[in-house]
Amino acid sequence: MSAISASEKVDGFTRKSVRKAVRQRVCQGSSQFAASSSRPAAPEISALPQLKDASSTEQHELFMQKLQQCCVMFDFYDTVTDLKSKETKRATLNELVDYVSTNRGVLVEPVYPEITTMVSTNIFRTLPPSENPDFDPEEDEPTLEASWPHMQLVYEFFLRFLENPDFQPSTAKRYIDQKFVLQLLELFDSEDPREREFIKTILHRIYGKFLGLRAFVRKQINNIFLRYIYETEHFNGVAELLEILGSIINGFALPLKAEHKQFLMKILIPLHTAKGLALFHAQVTHKACSIISDTLKPIVVRGLLKFWPKTCSQKEVMFLGEIEEILDVIEPTQFKKIQEPLFKQISKCVASPHFQVAERALYYWNNEYILSLIEENNAKILPIMFANLYRISKEHWNPTIVALVYNVLKTLMEMNSKLFDELTASYKCDRQREKKKEQEREELWRKLDELRLQETSAIQNNRCAPCIATLLPTDDGPFL
Amino acid sequence: KNNVNIKEIGPGMAGADSDDSLYPIAVLIDELRNEDVQLRLNSIKKLSTIALALGVERTRTELLPFLTDTIYDEDEVLLALAEQLGNFTMLVGGPEYVHCLLPPLESLATVEETVVRDKAVESLRKISHEHSPVDLEVHFEPLVKRLASGDWFTSRTSACGLFSVCYPRVSSTVKAEIRQHFRTLCSDDTPMVRRAAASKLGEFAKVLELEYVKSDIISLFTALASDEQDSVRLLAVEAGVSIATLLPQEDLEALVMPTLRQAAEDKSWRVRYMVADKFSDLQKAVGPEITKNDLVPAFQNLLKDCEAEVRAAAANKVKEFCENLPEDSRETIIMTHILPCVKELVSDTNQHVKSALASVIMGLSTILGKDNTIEHLLPLFLAQLKDECPEVRLNIISNLDCVNEVIGIRQLSQSLLPAIVELAEDAKWRVRLAIIEYMPLLAGQLGVEFFDEKLNSLCMAWLVDHVYAIREAATCNLMKLVEKFGAEWAQNTIVPKVLGMANDPNYLHRMTTLFCINALSEVCGQEITTKHMLPVVFKMSNDQVANVRFNVAKSLQKIGPVLDSNCLQTEVKPVLEKLASDQDMDVKYFAQEAISGSSTGLFMEKQCALFPLSKKCFRDTWLPKCFVQLFTKQTILLFILTPNLPAEPSCSVYHHLLNLSLGSHI
Repeated sequence: MSAISASEKVDGFTRKSVRKAVRQRVCQGSSQFAASSSRPAAPEISALPQLKDASSTEQHELFMQKLQQCCVMFDFYDTVTDLKSKETKRATLNELVDYVSTNRGVLVEPVYPEITTMVSTNIFRTLPPSENPDFDPEEDEPTLEASWPHMQLVYEFFLRFLENPDFQPSTAKRYIDQKFVLQLLELFDSEDPREREFIKTILHRIYGKFLGLRAFVRKQINNIFLRYIYETEHFNGVAELLEILGSIINGFALPLKAEHKQFLMKILIPLHTAKGLALFHAQVTHKACSIISDTLKPIVVRGLLKFWPKTCSQKEVMFLGEIEEILDVIEPTQFKKIQEPLFKQISKCVASPHFQVAERALYYWNNEYILSLIEENNAKILPIMFANLYRISKEHWNPTIVALVYNVLKTLMEMNSKLFDELTASYKCDRQREKKKEQEREELWRKLDELRLQETSAIQNNRCAPCIATLLPTDDGPFL
Repeated sequence: KNNVNIKEIGPGMAGADSDDSLYPIAVLIDELRNEDVQLRLNSIKKLSTIALALGVERTRTELLPFLTDTIYDEDEVLLALAEQLGNFTMLVGGPEYVHCLLPPLESLATVEETVVRDKAVESLRKISHEHSPVDLEVHFEPLVKRLASGDWFTSRTSACGLFSVCYPRVSSTVKAEIRQHFRTLCSDDTPMVRRAAASKLGEFAKVLELEYVKSDIISLFTALASDEQDSVRLLAVEAGVSIATLLPQEDLEALVMPTLRQAAEDKSWRVRYMVADKFSDLQKAVGPEITKNDLVPAFQNLLKDCEAEVRAAAANKVKEFCENLPEDSRETIIMTHILPCVKELVSDTNQHVKSALASVIMGLSTILGKDNTIEHLLPLFLAQLKDECPEVRLNIISNLDCVNEVIGIRQLSQSLLPAIVELAEDAKWRVRLAIIEYMPLLAGQLGVEFFDEKLNSLCMAWLVDHVYAIREAATCNLMKLVEKFGAEWAQNTIVPKVLGMANDPNYLHRMTTLFCINALSEVCGQEITTKHMLPVVFKMSNDQVANVRFNVAKSLQKIGPVLDSNCLQTEVKPVLEKLASDQDMDVKYFAQEAISGSSTGLFMEKQCALFPLSKKCFRDTWLPKCFVQLFTKQTILLFILTPNLPAEPSCSVYHHLLNLSLGSHI
């Protein structure tokens, strides 16, 4: 079924565009259908009378029957069989959608289990293996769900059911329980963006109406994130789940609960390490900025600095963007707490040979608020930034960067010309001092290595290796 | 403060000079704290050196507390630290003090990043063996308990891997506690912990007493195998196999089979895939009776599964499964139950399934014997040989030897030929390369006549392939063919064709002649080499392309050992001398190399034996041999680098490398 032919696999160097051209089928049958003819044919379903034509006494009975009818599943991967039944089911589902959204008083207690059964049967399934094992959501077309013509209507129906003014959460909670929600959450891994969009809305409604499920939902979403970050690095619905959490946690009053603090520290910040960050970065940033109270901002910044990307310039640019958004709303007192580690990193970014990273970092000086923060703390920041800026102004390959650096240096000079002059004067000395320190380090390690060699040769010579501890002068004071 | 000063080593270090110095911990710790992550990482990687410098006591009292306190760092540094601490027993004073290492490792085992945690657990497992039974109960087991009841899931996940190492060596009360902790973790409410527990269940079962396997493990296994998350259920499958090996035969049916049966029919394809993947192990674990009654139908279902991934995994196991069937009923089971499924898989819609099957299907012929093979398997082989997917055809061809033993290859040869021809001309060079590698084998099985008639032209066509790797493989292939068919055959069939290429207008083809001569001279022997090949080589020494000329020099050096000394002196040497005064510096260089080369050649062979990695570069004729004279660290590095250099000789690169290594050596 995979569209990558084996010969291409052997070669291993096919370009993605070529491979994509080879892809023919983008729809996928779900895992629940046996592929071969050994499968018993789905029972044929015949159209029942229209609900609107039935008398009000019969209507309820007919509604139940139609719900049961919609539990029959069809294989959409097979495009020739059951055409008539498929069409009947589609029409019935359409009618059901209409029925629950326009009529009042139809949601009596006995229909709740029937509706949940029908929805569960139709949407809950083990997602099939991905067609394209190295699916790149940015480049590749997603594999679409084959049975979407029915599934869409089922989702639509379920949503209307939840939104019906007569809907009673107290009755429904017996059927829409933890297990139901858990299965719903697993469906966020679907490759089909249309399906994820529906589930997002549905989960949102469930979260709003079932107070008893809220903590559970949050916890399970966290588990999904943790699995994504630390185990599989694969989950298609991260962006959608973040959006949901964004709207959920927005609704919380300050001060932030411990649970959300933990979410921030243990999940949201580590999410930045994920490979697919580009896909949900907007959501992450939005959340990070919206949920964090002022006292937490330094923590977030430190977290970001910890996970600062080392090899991925694209991500570095994203990080710089996110930091800027946080700095935009930070209190000056909080800024003081992080300025040193932060500007050490920014100084590194400014010196990045990748001009987009350098450029993004230098743009900080175009931000009035950040500029005012820098000005206020110039005695601390200037010495951190100076060496790299000075060097880059002479060495960077990209003329735009050099021009930007000159401007930044000029701004810094205007801020504190005395300090600036001092730094310029001591630049050479500082470099030499650094070099000397470097040499000392090397010397230290050389001696340590020699010591080690002696030790090992002593052991090899079958002598009793002298224990170094016994060789130490014992009257030393504590060293730390 | 005087503690920043360097201290001299005291008396007692035999023969130590006074400048061998120890450094105060502050300096060393400064290194571990360096602002630059890379430097910090380097220091951590040399932590053992630092510990050595400090001595065991100060490592225990000063270094380890420091490491425990400053555990917040980049994951990469933590990973290095976790690894180092696993080998620290001697550095803290031997097994007696090994428990000092537990606090830092305990913190590392709670880190979020999986690789760090796993490494910490690995190190903990390692040092657990160095604990005395008393220390294990006093220090190690409480740590496991703390981890097992930690707040955050990471510590509980880590705990799962530690139960099995301490269980066998503690008292029975502690054992009961450990079992209780494991039970709790198996029903933890985070799936991450349940996954960790499920993956360690088999290992833990192995160290438990049989009565507890029956009373405890089975219920845990059943629970995990019916977990709501398929990622947990699939891990239970592997545990099930381990548990089945531990139980006596009579208990299997009641205790594990219901669960395993359920796993084979799980609604998640991942679980079924796992069952298919572990099927051979499972089969061995449950024994012949259950295999006959339960596993055969289960296997049939897996072969017919609706997910291609599952079918492919099952198809991979067809041969192993059939081999391990009980002998008395093996043939009947295969013929009536397995073969019909296999037949369907031959025309499966998924090429991965087909190619998985093609890689094992030939193995069935030895199990089924000649008649069944001809009647039932042969049509399948033939169908797969015509498959549209090259991987399927390749897999069949690469396993021809199995079928050859049973029915002889002739049965297949008519279908084989079109398949080989098609693969030989495949657009992908790696496919062509793969088929070349099977040529000597095929030639041996098909015999010289068939080869001359059908395959020889293919082998010659590869010599002028536009990909160097194919030409190279084709050259090597010729040598192997001559080894099989003999020098006389070579003289009549391939040598004329190879030598004919010396007049080709394309210099790459002319060089191929030289490469062929290099490969063939030894197997063809002195007579053919002197009489037929040498004149052509001489003639090519006047080639207008320098690359050809210096390859002549190299060829002459290469075939030198085959020639007699008279010929070397009177014929070869003058040619080389002429080349040594060539206007091209590379030609000159290689000619001089060839003139003075014999001694280095021997040396080279020795080094090749020492470093197999370098062998490939040496066999390729282009590597200047004097590399080897400089057998230093740098040259080893070069050996590692050279396979990645461009295959066509670009001598300046090698000269440059050579100068580098010369410079650093002298």
